Amino acid sequence: MSIQVDNIHTISLHVANKPGVLLRITLMFARRGYNIESLVVSSALDGKFSRMTITAQGAPETLDQIIRQANKLIDVVHASEHNDEEAIAKEMVLIKVKLSKTNKNEILQVIDHFKAQSVDLTQKSAIIQAVGDSDRIDALIDMLKDYGIIETVRSGKLVMARGDQST
Amino acid sequence: MTKKQTNGAEALIQGLEKHGVEYIFGYPGGAAIPIFDAIYDSSIKLILTRHEQGAIHMADGYARATGKTGVVLVTSGPGATNTVTGILTAQMDSIPLVILTGQTITSALGKDAFQEADVFGGTAPFVKHSYLVKEPNDIPRIVKESFYLAATGRPGTVLIDLPKDITSAPCEATHEEAEMDLPGYSFPDKGKAVDIKAAADILNNAKRPLLLVGHGTLISKANKEVLQLAELLQTPVTTTLMGKGAFPENHELSVGMLGMHGTAYANRCVSNCDVIFSIGSRWDDRITPAKIEKFCPTAKKLHLDIDKAEINKVVMPDVSILGDAKTCLKELLPLIKSSEATKPWLKQVNQWKKKYPLNYKVHGGLKAQQVLDELYQITKGEAIITTDVGQHQMWAAQFCKTHNPDQWISSGGAGTMGFGFPSALGAQLGKPEETVVAVVGDGGFQMTLFELSTAAINKLPVKILIIDNKFLGMVRQWQELFYDDRLSGVDMVGNPDFVKLGESYGVKGFRIKRPADIKRTLEKALAYDGPCIIHAEVIKEDNVFPMIPAGATTDDMIIEPPKKKLAKPKGST
Repeated sequence: MSIQVDNIHTISLHVANKPGVLLRITLMFARRGYNIESLVVSSALDGKFSRMTITAQGAPETLDQIIRQANKLIDVVHASEHNDEEAIAKEMVLIKVKLSKTNKNEILQVIDHFKAQSVDLTQKSAIIQAVGDSDRIDALIDMLKDYGIIETVRSGKLVMARGDQST
Repeated sequence: MTKKQTNGAEALIQGLEKHGVEYIFGYPGGAAIPIFDAIYDSSIKLILTRHEQGAIHMADGYARATGKTGVVLVTSGPGATNTVTGILTAQMDSIPLVILTGQTITSALGKDAFQEADVFGGTAPFVKHSYLVKEPNDIPRIVKESFYLAATGRPGTVLIDLPKDITSAPCEATHEEAEMDLPGYSFPDKGKAVDIKAAADILNNAKRPLLLVGHGTLISKANKEVLQLAELLQTPVTTTLMGKGAFPENHELSVGMLGMHGTAYANRCVSNCDVIFSIGSRWDDRITPAKIEKFCPTAKKLHLDIDKAEINKVVMPDVSILGDAKTCLKELLPLIKSSEATKPWLKQVNQWKKKYPLNYKVHGGLKAQQVLDELYQITKGEAIITTDVGQHQMWAAQFCKTHNPDQWISSGGAGTMGFGFPSALGAQLGKPEETVVAVVGDGGFQMTLFELSTAAINKLPVKILIIDNKFLGMVRQWQELFYDDRLSGVDMVGNPDFVKLGESYGVKGFRIKRPADIKRTLEKALAYDGPCIIHAEVIKEDNVFPMIPAGATTDDMIIEPPKKKLAKPKGST
């Protein structure tokens, strides 16, 4: 298992869609000193199961244990870590940015450059939607900071294993 | 006449009957009344305790003595929270328990209703699995799953939280048709052949092997296979506190318990072995140093466990076998060659046994060690011994050698004071023909002594041996050795007269005041047909040796009382 140097780990879990499963998983991360950075939970193709993608920060030597302990939970079907080489990782962001007559065009250019979309436009603000790698989203937010960001909401990372591998 | 509609509580109790439950240990309350009502017509015997903690430790002792799953029934709120210590105790020691908790009605959940507690959430860290039942027709499936989960793989605790409206509502689902739905649950059985072969190669080439036998061996009932392996390899065998009984401690290859208060010769074996093979032990911090790289640094380490999360958790083994101990050892045994190569090693081990025997001075007052040693001699190692936690527990572990499985019952992982006495009652119910002795301290006994009623009412002939030194002895020992003898919070001044206390419950009492009393009194008490207290007033300030300070290595073992001041240990406790 490869370990990322920045100690941010992306773990995907395939779990039975039953009450309490999220509670048990988050308790385990907390107990082992892992801080959850993002967490995405949604129903899997079959409604009996759910998919979770968790990015968490913590000591790499503990990660193997956390994954084993996650797999040990009764309702967890499968848990594994993924890195960028073997999996696709994307996230989505909504950014509400201040608009004025003078900067409107500039902002639209930035949106265009990042292949983002404006999904809500008023005289005073726009909501920009972007999907992509996390660092690209970081860059977009950075660019827009100069114009005045009102708020952002990020989905957290979604991960899927490449090719024949299952997530 | 039409058949009466079954309700959720009745379906629950019918499910327990189908799973062969003989006893429910419990304490009622409002939210659990429908379940107690269902017990009224059932074949299951209810053991009414005096506190929910007593109930769960009794169920735990019953499970440990019989290997069956123990069942606890309590009400919501405080009834449920009073079981939490017992849930932790059982879960830490991999004991199969099903805990049924009453709960307020579903429409009131989360509204701070009377006697409402979030038991599902609150106990999540201490259970193998748990349920909050929201639909009465789920009950047959949940009961089936719970008993399966509690007893299989690495056993543990399963809690079912049962709202009162659910247990009162009609249940149409049947146990016959109930299907388990556990897509995420599996456990290994057979180990990988390649791992077993690799382990065999290392064992066959070992000059100084050591078998480290833990509780997993007992759970898997692999004690015969361990014995065969030890005799084939001609290797010393050490057991953990929880593994006592997995290998006969009166066998010549036994070196007894290892670790913090283990025998000096077992710990010398750990320091000097060239291969250590853990069978169902988890390299717990009572037997391994804080700096794990210092743990038998030159030995190859083999680890057999059913729980994948135990592999690489503490020790990084050279070879690990994931599977059931009995199944894997059966595969391993044909690959083992009997060897003469360990002869010099066994000679060395026997020299250590002679040089560092477990002993105590027979003069200078009544010694706990002598009381326990004589208890062992009189019972010939055939009694079930339960213990509380502290000095008496360690002395009992040292001097009451365990010959057979399921005869040593002690709270190992959690170290729960108050466990010894109620667990003995559960063990006695499960094994009515056997002699059960609860070895307790004056501190721990007072945490659950109210179960004297339960002992008397049910005529459970448990012998309660109170090792009374009027101190919380283990903490006092630490304060003496590591904290300049600044005794803080350890004086048990105000102890009752335990014999009179017992009498007030209808429990007979015996007193041991002098060494000369021990044999005669123990024989009388053991022959007495009923529950009794044996009050042994031992010297106040005695210490347990050998001792490895917390976190230190086997090389740092203190065998004799130290002459100079010791540094504070770096390990946890």
